[in-house]
Amino acid sequence: MTSWINLQTSLDRVGYVASDDLAAALHISITLGRPLLLEGAAGVGKTEVARALATIQNTQLIRLQCYEGLDASQAIYEWNYQRQLLSIRAASEVGETGSTVETRIFSEDYLLERPLLKAIRQEKSPVLLIDEIDRADEEFEAYLLEVLSEFQITIPELGTITATSRPLVILTANGTRDLSDALRRRCIYAHIDYPNRQTELAILASRCPEIEARLGQQIIGFVQKLRQEELEKVPGIAEMLDFAAALAGLGIKDLTSDPAVLQATLATLLKTQADRAAVPIEVAARIAGKAA
Amino acid sequence: MSKVTRFSGSDPGAVARVSGFIAHLREHGFRLGVAETETALRALSCVNPIVPSEARLALKSVCAGSVEDSVQFDMLFDSFWMADGRVRHKVIQIKATAELKDTKSTRTDETQSTAGKGSIEAPEDAKDGEDSYAEGTGKLVASKTQNLMKKDLRELVSAEDIRAAEQVAIRLGKALRDRRSRRRNVARRGTLIDLRRTIRQSLSTGGDPLHLAKRKRPDRPMKIVALCDVSGSMMNYARPFLAFLAGLIRADSAGDAYLFHTRLVRITNALRDDDPLRALNRITLLADGFGGGSKIGANLQQFANGYARNFVDGRSVVIILSDGYDSDAAEVIGTALAKLKRRGCKIIWLNPLKGWQGYEPVAKGMAAALPYLDAFAAAATLADLAGLERTLERL
Repeated sequence: MTSWINLQTSLDRVGYVASDDLAAALHISITLGRPLLLEGAAGVGKTEVARALATIQNTQLIRLQCYEGLDASQAIYEWNYQRQLLSIRAASEVGETGSTVETRIFSEDYLLERPLLKAIRQEKSPVLLIDEIDRADEEFEAYLLEVLSEFQITIPELGTITATSRPLVILTANGTRDLSDALRRRCIYAHIDYPNRQTELAILASRCPEIEARLGQQIIGFVQKLRQEELEKVPGIAEMLDFAAALAGLGIKDLTSDPAVLQATLATLLKTQADRAAVPIEVAARIAGKAA
Repeated sequence: MSKVTRFSGSDPGAVARVSGFIAHLREHGFRLGVAETETALRALSCVNPIVPSEARLALKSVCAGSVEDSVQFDMLFDSFWMADGRVRHKVIQIKATAELKDTKSTRTDETQSTAGKGSIEAPEDAKDGEDSYAEGTGKLVASKTQNLMKKDLRELVSAEDIRAAEQVAIRLGKALRDRRSRRRNVARRGTLIDLRRTIRQSLSTGGDPLHLAKRKRPDRPMKIVALCDVSGSMMNYARPFLAFLAGLIRADSAGDAYLFHTRLVRITNALRDDDPLRALNRITLLADGFGGGSKIGANLQQFANGYARNFVDGRSVVIILSDGYDSDAAEVIGTALAKLKRRGCKIIWLNPLKGWQGYEPVAKGMAAALPYLDAFAAAATLADLAGLERTLERL
């Protein structure tokens, strides 16, 4: 019994079914204190890894969602200008001297923490999730590299803040652009793929225990068949769970029983007009028949 | 697969073996330094390194940095640790070309006759549940007609070719790239001051414009995505085209390149290698089955459903280098191109046969593709490619 298998079982216990690849990579990244880079198609559960990890470690999850044009003031820290200004006004009425005001308004009280700064100042190591890093600019990526290797942030007015605890860093990417080699080298890498039948059954069983085994088999069969169709947007795990919940909510016991209801619940799986058109009622019924 | 490599008795120990393995990866184009060797050793201490599957997981998570890498990693891991004959022979073969020119031919023959169909496409790979070709949503296209004879790309392309092609690619890139927008948008290092935004931001600093917001005219570069057919019928033209791909990727950091024969391989990362010849080596490893059958339709379909989602948008020019002779049904090409076209890109098809006198696009595949093309031109040599500048400027 090695420890990464322990990690896999504890992830399993909080409802995340991890592949061997992922569990081993996660274990290595925790032990070595390196960031973990996760890649994979949308909806395979990249973000969910971080949530599950935070639950097992019983720690806080700090999330930084990246987007184009994300800059330091949104990711690291910002001065609270309004408060500083109010303070200056108030000080001038009292007649305080310039230098004391200055030291006061550039103190911690006037600092707004953003995710990166917050993550390195926690008592207990949090899980820091940097979501969709490939959406941020390359400049930000370079800055992030510095933070991730040194775990310290320099604020000109305050000096250097060193991490009180090292966060467990998880980065996710889904290929909007190629990431730099430097970032890839710094990280432990794992690729998450769509799960196979057994894994997906296990996921469904742990997330929606109220679904009966037979219907569960049908749902997974149906979704896996659907993924092989020519679709614009392939349904991920989250969609599969929505689909299962919708069926459970409608009280369906057998996928093949009512094609019209099946077609209606497809709204949870197929998210574009073209995909809806590609799977008309007969096709859906046929796939369901095959899956059953 | 199951046999583990036996190292000789004089072998200095585990640490040396791991660094030997890292060197082996490095030789095949992985960018790994001393720091990675250390990380790899520490990673091995986190798992039970006696069990090959666990050691594989640990080393893979450290050494591979992308999907393409992981595929290559599995092969290299087998060749080094699992005494996998064929791939290991191939490694020797690559070394042999550099050092022992005379013995090369006999060795190569030997390898091919004794090793036969090796493990790269062997079904046992798939049985293990380690699907080596896990790229996008596409499935591995049937490998029935796959040519197992190895062709060394270095026999086809020389460093001079690549240099010449780089020039061509730079010129083509320029013809495409000068697309500046008329709008102006926010930019941290812009040239103009964005007054409206500056004043709005000054409200939070009590009316003092502490932060100057800038604007600039954004560049709207067109990105070249090249797909090159390297099936048997295209072998005569492979030389200029491969050089062109290599030149394109080296000249243009946004460029993207793929090869296809019976399956589709993304070679962009391999081509980014600093050493052009080593880059070709990596491609030889990746594009196993070079010069085999052609499945243009299936490959384009896979491209449209997979990579294109991430790498093709309205500012892309997709260049397809192929003769249009396809073993699939012609409609497949049509639907694949229609799908690609819906992403808003421009599609250019360069057909080496078009230069022939009296050529008509009668090959069914070619005829099906025509309605979706923005340009259909002849290109058989580098000079032809250079002549495309005009066509591209007009797009």
